[in-house]
Amino acid sequence: MPPPVLELRQVVKRFGPGAEVGPIDLALPRGTRLALVGPSGAGKTTVLRLLLGVLRPDQGEVLLGERPLDPDDHRARRRIGYVVQGGGLFPHLTAGANASLVARQLGWDRGRVAERLDALGALARLPADTWGRFPTELSGGQAQRVSLARALFLDPELLLLDEPLGALDPITRAELQEDLRTAFRAVRKTVLLVTHDLAEATFLCDGLALLREGRVAQVGPLEELVRAPAEPFVARFIRAQRALHLGAGEAP
Amino acid sequence: MRTALLLALLAADPGPEPVRVGSKQFAESEVLGELARQVLAADGVPALHRRALGGTRVLWEALARGELDVYPEYTGTIAREILGGTAGTGEEGLRTALAARGIGMTRSLGFEDTYALGMRPEVARRLGIARISDLSGRPALRFGFTNEFLDRADGWPALRDRYRLPQREVRGLEHDLAYRALAAGQIDLTDLYSTDAEIRRQGLVVLRDDLHAFPEYQAVFLYRLDLARRWPRAPPDLRRLEGRIDQAEMIDMNARAQLDRQPPEAVAAAFLLQRFSLAAAGRSEGWLARLAGRTEEHLALVGIALLLSIAAAVPLGVWAARRPGAGRVVLAAAGVVQTIPSLALLVFMIPLLGIGARPAVAALALYGLLPIVRNTHAGLTGIAPELLESARALGLSPWARLRLVELPLASPAILAGVKTSAVITVGTATLGALIGAGGYGQPILTGIRLASVPLILEGAVPAAALALLVQGAFDGVEWVLVPRGMRPARRRG
Repeated sequence: MPPPVLELRQVVKRFGPGAEVGPIDLALPRGTRLALVGPSGAGKTTVLRLLLGVLRPDQGEVLLGERPLDPDDHRARRRIGYVVQGGGLFPHLTAGANASLVARQLGWDRGRVAERLDALGALARLPADTWGRFPTELSGGQAQRVSLARALFLDPELLLLDEPLGALDPITRAELQEDLRTAFRAVRKTVLLVTHDLAEATFLCDGLALLREGRVAQVGPLEELVRAPAEPFVARFIRAQRALHLGAGEAP
Repeated sequence: MRTALLLALLAADPGPEPVRVGSKQFAESEVLGELARQVLAADGVPALHRRALGGTRVLWEALARGELDVYPEYTGTIAREILGGTAGTGEEGLRTALAARGIGMTRSLGFEDTYALGMRPEVARRLGIARISDLSGRPALRFGFTNEFLDRADGWPALRDRYRLPQREVRGLEHDLAYRALAAGQIDLTDLYSTDAEIRRQGLVVLRDDLHAFPEYQAVFLYRLDLARRWPRAPPDLRRLEGRIDQAEMIDMNARAQLDRQPPEAVAAAFLLQRFSLAAAGRSEGWLARLAGRTEEHLALVGIALLLSIAAAVPLGVWAARRPGAGRVVLAAAGVVQTIPSLALLVFMIPLLGIGARPAVAALALYGLLPIVRNTHAGLTGIAPELLESARALGLSPWARLRLVELPLASPAILAGVKTSAVITVGTATLGALIGAGGYGQPILTGIRLASVPLILEGAVPAAALALLVQGAFDGVEWVLVPRGMRPARRRG
């Protein structure tokens, strides 16, 4: 097993009496693609935000490349690419300006920015005129692709995505799923994908981490979770998801 | 344009500063102020008149501090209110006491504005009354006095004791009511000022104060002794008016200003032409030139005040949005400033910053804070959380987040606040004239006192037009400054 790029060790985050996430142990080995799945309210987004360093843990530590991640160190976050739920594009900037915002802050010249935009446009399969448009002028799928390009712009060590396909129609969703898988393979990055959809998780990632009520119930490939569920909840969650998809598949 | 005005206001210093003449907030004082300005101007001494600044305190302090060079005053007021009765009432005593404070005093201009008693001429004639002593034999006469006169130690009580007046029927009345009651024959006698315009209008007989019960209130000019260093000819010019205005002439000038609604500069110019053959004195500025001058003053007031408001309010709004605790305090404090009546806020500035444009700008800037602070705060706290999280997750520094993401996203709200503030400031700036800041408020102020609607409109119409213009200009600025992606746009896809 390669060493983890990002790791949660005994992390606890409290939101109020009776509302807490953790303690959680979770490691992202270099080069792996892990899907964080679980029912709504299981703490997926909280875990993501802890990993990202925008949320400060109340207990335990977050390690980025074996060193503690300081929530006040904004430079460390540039090593992590993040696609926020809904895209999170800034409405006052064009798609290109959104994607290259930090790079331009770091003093990249025009030529280098344009080159990078070209490469990422090809990777995210965006039409050439996209970069000049404002977010209000983009479709939902395009906005997600721009958001992915923005997350990858500085070539981060790992990529975190929060429900990137959440609010899209089924056709756009299927297309984007394909393109995401291609892109993940092309960039060879460590990926953490948050989703509530098991099919999407297995399509895009090699392993699953199933969350239940703020704790990790089981980590492993889907086959392992099916063959040897660590607790009855794991079997129940997988069954419920399969029934959902079978039902959808059998519809005329 | 605005920057140019700002620079002009801050930096203009062409040679020695003109003589600054002030006047109090009533017609006689304004006419005297105009006389001083025009007498100086006729001799080639540049002078400007900050008229109707307020009461004795404001004028005296402005003179003592060097914000004014000259203003008309009365010896009784100097003795009692300014020197506090320490120097007696004799002219020489006053002059010596004033000189110790760096202030000079002319001799009497020739008339007194003190308390006096007035009667209708037919009653006075019928009863044969010409002096106050004549009243003692007429106990049935009905007196109606202003409340101030009844209460003041040097008013009715002093008069009654000095002349041993027997009248029982003595009523307290408001000034205007007293005149009307006198005209209607409901009272026989009232107190008035000895140069009151009503004396001419009603042809009243003013009784001679033969036992000198009333204090002396000779009209004089007070001026800074250091004025002679800047303009050596100014004090002699002012002295040309000594002894040249008698009681009847002052009453006549007051009547023209108050009853005939002539502007003080015209009244003063007519007098100087007649008595001194000074024709060039009246500054016969055209209507357009006057408007241009006032517009410039008004724009400078509003422009500088608004820039100061923005410079203070945006950082305050940012701070308030960052720290909810501090935010409540900041918003509450800005709200409290807003509850102070604008007039009071202007007056509070006088002890701190004196009179003129500076205190007015400070008060206006304070007054303009709230809309900008509140909108900056609302604009920043209203940003969608996923955008803030995106900005953090991208690894932007806190300062870069503010500059590149948060302020642009809040810019429509901030601009709306600046617009509100600008429109309010255009209106409130008209009050600046009360403390000598000029602008559109000047004609409004004079117009209110003279009950002259055209004069009020001369200030009110441009002020309203400017407010609309400012509103329109900001709509344009909005279009330029608000990022294209945030304008209401046709959504695609």
